[in-house]
Amino acid sequence: MTLKSLFLASTLIPLATLAQSAEIWVTNEKDDTISVIDVDTLEVTRTIETGERPRGITFSKDFSRVYICASDSDTVQVMDPDTGEILFDLPSGEDPEQFVLHPDDRHLYIANEDDAITTVVDTQTRKVVAQIDVGIEPEGMAVSPDGKIAITTSETTNMAHWIDTETQELFANTLVDSRPRHAEFAQAGRELWVSAEIGGTVSIFDVASQSEKGKINFEVKGVHPDRVQPVGFEFTEDEKTAFVALGPSNHVAVVNAETYEVEDYILVGRRVWHMAFSPDKSKLFTTNGVSGDVTVIDVAKRTPIKTIKVGRFPWGAAMRP
Amino acid sequence: MRTAFIALAAIIQREALRFIRQRERFIAALVRPLVWLIVFAAGFRAALGLSITPPYQTYITYEIYIVPGLCGMIILFNGMQSALSLVYDREMGSMRLLLTSPLPRWWLLLCRLIAATVISGLQVYAFLAIAAIYGIHLPWQGYVLVLPALIIAGLTLGALGLALSSLIRQLENFAGVMNFVIFPMFFLSSALYPLWKMAESSELLHDICAVNPFTHVVELIRFALYGQLNLTALGWSALAGVVFLALALWGYDPSHGLTRHKR
Repeated sequence: MTLKSLFLASTLIPLATLAQSAEIWVTNEKDDTISVIDVDTLEVTRTIETGERPRGITFSKDFSRVYICASDSDTVQVMDPDTGEILFDLPSGEDPEQFVLHPDDRHLYIANEDDAITTVVDTQTRKVVAQIDVGIEPEGMAVSPDGKIAITTSETTNMAHWIDTETQELFANTLVDSRPRHAEFAQAGRELWVSAEIGGTVSIFDVASQSEKGKINFEVKGVHPDRVQPVGFEFTEDEKTAFVALGPSNHVAVVNAETYEVEDYILVGRRVWHMAFSPDKSKLFTTNGVSGDVTVIDVAKRTPIKTIKVGRFPWGAAMRP
Repeated sequence: MRTAFIALAAIIQREALRFIRQRERFIAALVRPLVWLIVFAAGFRAALGLSITPPYQTYITYEIYIVPGLCGMIILFNGMQSALSLVYDREMGSMRLLLTSPLPRWWLLLCRLIAATVISGLQVYAFLAIAAIYGIHLPWQGYVLVLPALIIAGLTLGALGLALSSLIRQLENFAGVMNFVIFPMFFLSSALYPLWKMAESSELLHDICAVNPFTHVVELIRFALYGQLNLTALGWSALAGVVFLALALWGYDPSHGLTRHKR
């Protein structure tokens, strides 16, 4: 190796590492793949094979691992995001649909849709820590920022189940509207938001008292109310605004998270499901299941910029900086 | 050379004055596309979004789709209106006065064409401004980049009007032109519906739309509004413009044109 090539190698490698831009990872439910979208170029840069029917997706805190709910393979796969190689499978219980990583970066809370249980898995020992009986068809999963409360929503029982993460036992159940599909803590853990797909609402609970403190209704001009089905949602950095995916109405609602008023509706692809922000939260990427694409929204302007073709039935989305 | 430009300025001024003084014409020129945008497009709103076709990068509502077609409609109607005023001038005798000018006839006709294009362009910008107030926003560069497309569209459709006016003997016959030229051209194009939608119902209709020069004019405007150049549309529009202009010059040439038989 010449001196020149040594010099080149020493300068180019760090540059190449630096040049890697942020990505959005999207699970394609019917293709058994993940599409990786470059946040800057808005192009699909990689397609990675996964287990059967990948749905929920999340990264470890240091982004060195990506966890994927391979629902029909009845497992949670752990992947190296650099190589796309499956490192190992985690025991997840049957039909894992959605999960959430505890702030300790170690425990995964997994909703087992077919078994009406929530499984808690230790990602280090790769063992099931607890299985908690919840309502029928659990789906939405959330953990409070302090890690003390985990939430499972059950689609058929129409409830949010409150789990004490120390005892791994339910300490409250609250009724929500029909078919709750997604839950998130907001306002530094003081509020819990739960979307109800058939009910067409998002309910807001006071975490301290587990009582309902507000409800958001949606109305998309020119779209039949039956098609307005809230599913996934995300908050901006300051938690002043929430973006709510409205399923087959093909719109994302922009909600004032302080007044609970809907301020805007943004047209996206067919049956919008979940979403993920770019690292600076200037762009929002929505998964559009039926049209098989991802719409990129300019968060400040609240307008769609581009729609990117991915695999069949994109479901979950996660950001990798 | 200087006199040629004086003639051009005078003709543009005359057209502009005529346009401004005929307030009904000015209002009608704006109301027509606005009715299409606010009333017609509302019925076909496509709240669930139209499939993505270039130059659009994402799903759009019908109101957004129809805007370039309505810009094309303004230019098409204005081209015809300008031709109508030529027929009027011929009937009233002011055309004869114009043709006594020592300047070549083709230059005078070209001046009329440029004047009509300037008026069309102003009308389109007025329409786009109202559409923006109505809530239809385009990329800001689009408002600038559309200008060359509007000029080509104005010249092409204006030349079509000129060619037609050389065929028309009397003012009354112009109604026929409206029925047999403007409406088929407008409806058999991509102004109101994407061509793939036409293909769904009839391949023949799709093929007719695909060769209609108005389709290419509309697509040229559509792509330009989104900062893109559609070379096929540009080629077809320019070719159609040259053919129409040649026909108009031939039609107005007293030695062998069609006007000879009309005296």
